[in-house]
Amino acid sequence: MKLDYAQSRQPFALPGWLAKLIWPVAALALLLAFNLFFTKQFFKLEIRDGHFYGCLIDILNRGSQVMLLSLGMTLVLATGGVDLSVGAVMAIAGAVAAEMINVPAMPFPLVIAAALAISVLAGVWNGLLVGVFRIQPIVATLVLMVAGRGVAQLITGGQYTTFTDSRLVFLGNGHFLGLPFPVTIVAVMFAITAILTRKTALGLFVESVGDNETASHYAGISSRTVKFMAYVFAGFCAGLAGIVAAANIKCADSNHIGLFLELDAILAVVVGGTALAGGRFYLFGSIVGALLIQTLTTTMYMRDVSPEVAPVPKAIVIILVCLIQSPAFHQQVRKLFTRKATA
Amino acid sequence: MTQSAGNTTLDYGRERARMRIASKYIPLLATASVVVILYVYGCAAYGPRFASLRVLVDLFKDNAFLGVAAIGATFVILSGGIDLSVGAVVAFTSILIAAFCEHHGVNCDYLRRSPDAAVAFYRYRHLATHHLHPLLAIGVSLVLGSLFGALQGCIIHFYRQPPFLVTLAGMFFARGMGFVIHPQSLGIKQPFYIAFLNDIKIPLVAGVDIPFTVMCLAVVFLVALFIAHYTRFGRAVYAIGDDEQSATLMGLPAGRTKIMVYTLAGFTSALAGVVYTFYMQSGDPASCIGFELDAIAAVVIGGTLLSGGVGFVGGTAMGVLILGLIQNLIIFNGKLNSWWTRIAVGLLVLVFIAIQNVVTAASRRTTRAAAG
Repeated sequence: MKLDYAQSRQPFALPGWLAKLIWPVAALALLLAFNLFFTKQFFKLEIRDGHFYGCLIDILNRGSQVMLLSLGMTLVLATGGVDLSVGAVMAIAGAVAAEMINVPAMPFPLVIAAALAISVLAGVWNGLLVGVFRIQPIVATLVLMVAGRGVAQLITGGQYTTFTDSRLVFLGNGHFLGLPFPVTIVAVMFAITAILTRKTALGLFVESVGDNETASHYAGISSRTVKFMAYVFAGFCAGLAGIVAAANIKCADSNHIGLFLELDAILAVVVGGTALAGGRFYLFGSIVGALLIQTLTTTMYMRDVSPEVAPVPKAIVIILVCLIQSPAFHQQVRKLFTRKATA
Repeated sequence: MTQSAGNTTLDYGRERARMRIASKYIPLLATASVVVILYVYGCAAYGPRFASLRVLVDLFKDNAFLGVAAIGATFVILSGGIDLSVGAVVAFTSILIAAFCEHHGVNCDYLRRSPDAAVAFYRYRHLATHHLHPLLAIGVSLVLGSLFGALQGCIIHFYRQPPFLVTLAGMFFARGMGFVIHPQSLGIKQPFYIAFLNDIKIPLVAGVDIPFTVMCLAVVFLVALFIAHYTRFGRAVYAIGDDEQSATLMGLPAGRTKIMVYTLAGFTSALAGVVYTFYMQSGDPASCIGFELDAIAAVVIGGTLLSGGVGFVGGTAMGVLILGLIQNLIIFNGKLNSWWTRIAVGLLVLVFIAIQNVVTAASRRTTRAAAG
């Protein structure tokens, strides 16, 4: 009887990546279905001045920052680390961009380059601490998380630096192909990351270091370099997200840009199927995870839940998705069914 | 020949033990010296104004709730875990007590928006407007905090979820629930709470008393010292933090200990919320954002390894003092902005990580040398 059960299950076994992806996608689909029936105007799309407007577009637009962060965070988590500083790095990048754009006759590419360079520098700092000096990732990135906002305020002089430069504002508020421009940035970054990790051996290196550092060392992979690069990439992504965030509100708000977004990004990655312990990673899963979190938030707003209370359902959904993915939970469910079968 | 070989290994072992004890205390000594240096610097730079007993008592008073929370966080970190829900639980507890003491505990905004709820509320107002006695309110919130911690511990243990993630979700949950109770800050004017409990103090010298909140901190500190160093539970926490697998193989109850650790942390976080209400005389669901980072920073500066197994409650107390002293120095300076606090704390954390790394590397080298 038992044997039959096991055999009948076998043909339905999904490939690993699909099995991992199925839960976040199912959760997202469930949430969208709920909104389809119970939230008015959720699926309404409007075209104004050749641009799309509506709730779904809003989700893409607002979720873009977390999606950008989650790309970098995926690689960091896959190496078995974590980067808590990305929110603070966003604030730094936003501050640098805002301060530089206000300098008269400053070439625009230089502004973006400087903001990205300083966030890459932050990534180098994290990468040095974790990869080279072998400090625990949580602690190492905690340093920049605590100090980073202070640095950002130092750059802006504790002020809210506002700007009106149309090129910078476009990065956060512009439209491309009818969609908000941040979506394009996410798409390009996703494509680059996916090609770099899946069409070259880099992704494999990352996974092997996260899965078993000693074994990959003996296989000739420099875990030091791989970890270092992962943090640098996370810093770069955080810089992009910071520029988008600042451009979106046309202001460098060092206290609030990216606040708690590192947590959202980590959640997005974990919900997307990448384990906090490292190893296999799922870039697309992370994007779906980020969309799930943003859809949840937007649903709350649409249903008149105050933004302060919105974290409650978010927390519940996150815990549920994590529990559903946990082997211990699977075992319990299986036990439940086998008991029923014997009785 | 064999005897002499035996002797040398014995000597090595003894030497190693001495080294280990010494290296165990190095971060603690470093923390203590930073406390002394900061204090002496303050006294030298700002004279009797800084050195006065009142400023010293205020230092403890201002950081009492941070101290209580950080002591709970010490146990979690010693066990090899982490608790990110501290700040949210403090905020939740503070607004819960304020709502119990002051209000009917119902979100007025919600009533205004929903007529049905308003009617129901009017009908059952005698139930809802029943003020809870402050002591009962404190008791309820402490129990709730402990249960919340226990729930987190259960999810972490039974479903093998990373503590980082579970307590992160816990943070979102507690933060949101605080706003469900009351959306804004709420002052506590309950006479028993403010006039009686808050007026318990021990006079030190003329004009300077030890306030009730500092007494709470002292009691928590002493109890925590006892738990960490003189109980079976405390030893199990250290053992699990060092190596969970070995601890389990030795027959220590890993699961029970872990759940108890998170329960303890939930309790101290709730207690920190209670102390917060004494200190601020109000509850605020938006307070203490990022507070857990201060608590973790205090623990790390206090010489506790974030990987678990090594650390001291006393070190955490000194870590809290360091955070407080930095704040004081920046306030006394007057020219530096408050964000320098963050940068200074970040740098200090870095310095202490460096010290710990050097120390653990050195002790590992001696161990290897002895083994080889």
